[in-house]
Amino acid sequence: MREAAVNVDEKLAVDKFEVDEGNPHIVLREEPDPAAFDKLVLCCPAGLYRRDEEGSPSFDCAGCLECGTCRLLCGDALLEKWEFPQGGMGVSYRYG
Amino acid sequence: MADFDAVVVGAGCAGSVAAYVLAREGKSVLMIERGSDAGAKNMTGGRLYAHALRAVFPGFESEAPLERKIVRERVSLITEDESTTVEFASPRLGEDEAASYSVLRGPFDRWLASKAEDAGAECIYGIAVEDLVWNGGRIVGVRAGEDEITADVTILADGVNSLLSEKAKLAKRPAPHQLAVSAKEVVELPEQTVTDRFQANPGEGAAWLFAGAATHGHVGGGFLYTNRSSVSIGVVATLSDLCTSSTPVYQMLEDFKNHPAVAPVLAGGRTVEYSGHLIPEGGFDMVPQMCCDGCLLTGDAAMLCINLGYQVRGMDYAIAAGRMAAEAALEALDAGDVSAARLATYRAKLEDSFVLKDLAAYRGFPAFMEGTPRIFDGYPQMAADIMRGLFTVDGSPVRPLKGTVMGPVKGMGVLNLLKDARKGMKVL
Repeated sequence: MREAAVNVDEKLAVDKFEVDEGNPHIVLREEPDPAAFDKLVLCCPAGLYRRDEEGSPSFDCAGCLECGTCRLLCGDALLEKWEFPQGGMGVSYRYG
Repeated sequence: MADFDAVVVGAGCAGSVAAYVLAREGKSVLMIERGSDAGAKNMTGGRLYAHALRAVFPGFESEAPLERKIVRERVSLITEDESTTVEFASPRLGEDEAASYSVLRGPFDRWLASKAEDAGAECIYGIAVEDLVWNGGRIVGVRAGEDEITADVTILADGVNSLLSEKAKLAKRPAPHQLAVSAKEVVELPEQTVTDRFQANPGEGAAWLFAGAATHGHVGGGFLYTNRSSVSIGVVATLSDLCTSSTPVYQMLEDFKNHPAVAPVLAGGRTVEYSGHLIPEGGFDMVPQMCCDGCLLTGDAAMLCINLGYQVRGMDYAIAAGRMAAEAALEALDAGDVSAARLATYRAKLEDSFVLKDLAAYRGFPAFMEGTPRIFDGYPQMAADIMRGLFTVDGSPVRPLKGTVMGPVKGMGVLNLLKDARKGMKVL
């Protein structure tokens, strides 16, 4: 897999978020299917599914754009829970 | 007695229009939106073909927050650093029924929701509907947290990633080949700069679609729309094929922004927003069941969208479908019968209109796109090879034109080209 040269966190930094601390709206299974995880490394537009240099997976739902790609692509293989954030929380597009 | 005649979930194009039509006809309507305001969760490429909006708001042009009228269409096949472009510019693209506008969903959706509110609909924001309320086999309202709100008709306009349509047992989870993910940036530029860079008249602008390197040769494409004082630039990639890529979708967007055909257009601009969204691209075959007892499904939640590569539509279908859902609900409410059989007039209205006629007409197109990888990885290179042959003058002896053109075509395979052209004509 090609290393991403762009820092997606810098892209997300311009967006407006209300983060629901301590109340993640997406929770991964204890042992997520590695092949499904790799699909989301490619497909999640917010780059929330990552592998570090050693290849260990990491995920953080802060910065989620709530598109639903992970739910619809890999819901069963990967996710314990996928809900929308509480009302008013999460991303707020000003332009859209 | 129910709390409302109708409850509408989602304040996007379909939801706000449905709420507006119902309220205008005197029904009590509640519209619930999980974003802190209408449009807060929504994103478009995007361009709105305005005919459907005009049917609901004949005078919309004087009040809606439209960005630019689109009078210049470009389609480019791009390789890593070359581009072959077809351009069509015409004042007639901006005339009356054919007019289309670039829009930004934040301001646009807020305006549309305000029309529903002005007509008498109650609108609440920042509340997420989590579930439906059932009475036997009939949907009789929605639940948000501890609150239950009952309504004779529930209209689900909660978007492509609709949890509620699954709960209503109307839709199955779409398959990865029926969905595309989009990543987009809004890049701010001075209004005059946008006008100048697209050789536009004030208030007018361009739509520009790309196939090839925008998605690193994968199924999908790039887009660029001129807004008033920004451009919307993004990529769209079909999930089933994006999975086989070696590059994440956000890196594809970054590479696309750096393409020589695109970078000068963005030069000096500042990214003010990054967004991501799913698009239902499976066409007619992914349209779910659209009604059950007490409930209607509309907009992206009903998967009403078409991407032909040179034409991308969804918002006009959502506006028309939202209107028709409201009209079907009105008739059912007035008849005192909100059963699935009565509400089925909604589907009939859609079938009678351009919405399902279009989707049926292009039924075979999504499979054609997906089954013809040469469109994304092959033809852009062939086009560049031909054009480079035509336009390069470097002092070496000229080659016959036939060789210049036929060389790249033969490289692709004349039969492949004919086969793909035939298949393409058939599904269009």
